[in-house]
Amino acid sequence: MAMVKHDGQGQKKSRWSAGVSPYADMGYYNAGYKPKETDIIAAFRLVPQPGMDPVEAGAAVAGESSTATWTVVWTDRLTAYEHYQGKCYRVDPVPGSDQYIAYIAYDLDLFEEGSIANLSSSIIGNVFGFKALKSVRLEDLRIPPHYTKTFQGPAHGIMMEREYLNKYGRPLLGATVKPKLGLSARNYGRVVYEALRGGLDFTKDDENINSQPFMRWRDRWLFAMEAVNRAQADTGEVKGHYLNVTAATMEEIYERADFAKELGSVVVMVDLTAGFTAIQSMAKWCRRNGLLLHLHRAGHSTYTRQKSHGVNFRVIAKWMRLAGVDHIHAGTVVGKLEGDVHSVQGYYRTLRCNRTEAEPALGLYFEQDWASMSAVMPVASGGIHAGQMHLLLHYLGEDCILQFGGGTIGHPEGIAAGATANRVALEAMIQARNEGKDYLHEGPEILEKAARHSPSLRKALEIWKDVSFEFESTDVPDAVATPELV
Amino acid sequence: MRLTQGTFSYLPDLTEEEIGAQVEYCLGNEWAVSIECTDDPHPRNVYWEMWGLPLFDLKDAAGVMHELAECRKARPQDYIRINGYNRQQGYQTTMLSFLVQRPKEEPGFFLDRMEAADRQIRYTTRPYAAQKPPGHRY
Repeated sequence: MAMVKHDGQGQKKSRWSAGVSPYADMGYYNAGYKPKETDIIAAFRLVPQPGMDPVEAGAAVAGESSTATWTVVWTDRLTAYEHYQGKCYRVDPVPGSDQYIAYIAYDLDLFEEGSIANLSSSIIGNVFGFKALKSVRLEDLRIPPHYTKTFQGPAHGIMMEREYLNKYGRPLLGATVKPKLGLSARNYGRVVYEALRGGLDFTKDDENINSQPFMRWRDRWLFAMEAVNRAQADTGEVKGHYLNVTAATMEEIYERADFAKELGSVVVMVDLTAGFTAIQSMAKWCRRNGLLLHLHRAGHSTYTRQKSHGVNFRVIAKWMRLAGVDHIHAGTVVGKLEGDVHSVQGYYRTLRCNRTEAEPALGLYFEQDWASMSAVMPVASGGIHAGQMHLLLHYLGEDCILQFGGGTIGHPEGIAAGATANRVALEAMIQARNEGKDYLHEGPEILEKAARHSPSLRKALEIWKDVSFEFESTDVPDAVATPELV
Repeated sequence: MRLTQGTFSYLPDLTEEEIGAQVEYCLGNEWAVSIECTDDPHPRNVYWEMWGLPLFDLKDAAGVMHELAECRKARPQDYIRINGYNRQQGYQTTMLSFLVQRPKEEPGFFLDRMEAADRQIRYTTRPYAAQKPPGHRY
């Protein structure tokens, strides 16, 4: 891909003479442009190569993510090209770095209605390998209601899910079955049964459990549903196991989903690796068939984690809300996986609120109006345990799913005891919060008190009391929030 | 067995004072509070009997606690729950729901398995108590 250095030197060629022109001169940079309320607006983080003008870099991204190619083409003149051109209208340096934030507006006519595949191919399809940029990252998108309304959105959404499960006023609890690979279907179902009867609401297939030689999918479905139904009868509560329908082809995905429905499962899951189109198809299938759709964001860190290059997870969160999942993993703050506290809170707002305002400290570049699209339940999973319940409730709030895999199955008195410990800790914390207690600071005492009537919780607190994962995040918002002491 | 529906079923049964505190929390959020009872605790029994209409516009928990006492007197062997309801746009649903009374003995549920083809089993859950007619179950 060629690119002309935009240095203002030499003789400027006319817009339409053959050859290579700076993107900025071709109309892809327009400082006077005021984005329309129907435009999709993107914020890109750019690092231009040395000597490359940042404005030309922003214009190049606008060009390549809309109508442009590397050289002038006369066929542009057959179109109302000003309308279809992406317009970079602002480029701000990021203080203390070699980075710039470029703001680009796209007319809605550039996008097919209701298609994440099309939206993503347009905006991130072509620009990330640009030689003239050292790196580029899509930080955020403002998606107008005019476009939002062309998507189905979550198959059910948080409120419908709660009414369906008859569970209110607290985060839901889950656990991923471990070891994630190797268990036979019968042994696997045992873990599901113990965790659910002990007090969890959901158990979960892991992202890479599909249909392997040690356990074929159909066998897992049968044993897992025996476990779910047993646990329902033991507790009088609705229970679920996320049956992972991810497979090699859409036909196989539908076959597995159909069987889950036939067996009466309340939920199925799909991996991000199945692709945006498969996810949208499953969201429609789930709405049609009354099953919740859980999404495991398998693979996202390959492009979301580095601050300089890739796609910020908040964009993936927006796309998945449009695509129509009911659950998505979105970070824990305190667990073993990457996730700065402010960024994670920004993701949770993106998934749950009907409207969010621009809030740089949370990494939210734009206001976003969801136009009453249902909310997605964020899932916190990976290295969390009962002793952190006050922190989890404080940072993540009530409408989420807390998944304790090791923190349930690793309990020395068994899986059911591990599940009970988590449920007791959660209910005690909710009770204290509702009573107006300063649960964030009194958390350890509240748990201590609850453990007096729960030997399972007592044991869990003893074992995991010193476990924490304190590493510096690789990705934090540019704006710094006032530090909060906990 | 112990029925674990509701927000606080893994804690010891709430005291009157603790129930009052949760009701105050609901009122503080401007949620309407309602009392419901049943002798059919099936996990998918959505519509418990309403003990009167939801209590809108209450200022403190005393009104709810009075109604709860009346309900207990009339239905000493039922499950009773208190719900907080949020009419706000985007919610329009229950925000909190917890048990405040349960029968002395809870026999639990029978899991009925009907063997079908291809190793499939059709499951259904039946409260043991529901085999008797309403009013004679606990």
